[in-house]
Amino acid sequence: MMLLTCPWCGPRDETEYHYGGQAHVAYPENPSDLSDEEWAEYLFFRDNPKGPFAERWSHSAGCRRWFNVVRDTATYEVLEVYTNADPRPVVGSPAGGSR
Amino acid sequence: MAELTMMRRSPLAALARDLMDNAVTGERNVRVSEWRFTTMVSLRVDPTSAAADALEGVLGTTLPRSSGEVTSHGQHSVLWLGPDEWLVVSQMSADALVPALQECVAGAHAAVVDVSANRTVLELRGASALAVLQKGCPLDLHPRAFGPGQAVSTTLARIPLVLWQVGPDSYRLLPRASFAEYVARWLLDASLEFASTFRDGGRSE
Repeated sequence: MMLLTCPWCGPRDETEYHYGGQAHVAYPENPSDLSDEEWAEYLFFRDNPKGPFAERWSHSAGCRRWFNVVRDTATYEVLEVYTNADPRPVVGSPAGGSR
Repeated sequence: MAELTMMRRSPLAALARDLMDNAVTGERNVRVSEWRFTTMVSLRVDPTSAAADALEGVLGTTLPRSSGEVTSHGQHSVLWLGPDEWLVVSQMSADALVPALQECVAGAHAAVVDVSANRTVLELRGASALAVLQKGCPLDLHPRAFGPGQAVSTTLARIPLVLWQVGPDSYRLLPRASFAEYVARWLLDASLEFASTFRDGGRSE
């Protein structure tokens, strides 16, 4: 069980949230120019790292806002929580991470 | 609207008798009741906009700016639901309140919607009210973390609802109408153990 800190509501139980997959997957600028392979890459292919992973979460039972979390997929440690308006944080340094 | 008002049924109309009959009395008392047909208005607006200022003028109070906060004035309470979303709970009739609020946001990028039928209000009151809620709510409800005058969207028994503490032993729960009966029955079941006068169960002295 994880305790995630919503940027607006503070620490809440994992059960209040909805998982949204990998963050920072940009919509293609010209979708009609893409080959089938490139389109499939955009739709279905996601990173699956062991370690820090930027992912989207929605506080579905609370304020219903989407935000981003950098979570270590091996330890479940939450390294960063930031809104869509915030810049993507640089993580990876041992001292990095606010929590 | 008058004839429609006479025909309406509250979501817990069929349970009214059960709620009364199952009130737990005594030292560990707790009871559930329904506040029927409470006026509720959803506000979606940028809090820094002129429309928000106008809404605050009509409501006579500010829109709360942080999670858990509730502001009140006269018949109106304003609950924070999100950074640009509020729920007005009022004792004024929706027919009087909603047009006045809608006028404030005319032409603005904002929405004022009468959602009175969306949720119902359950009141849970008594010495055991906190203990009952703690059986099904993932939130820290201990007085050091949550207290009177605070309202948050959370879950109870996996049902999304707004939990609003109004007094030391008094809470209001605002589930969607379709979940109201489940929540009420869950509360009655969760309250049952406090009706027992049997103490220190199973412990031999």
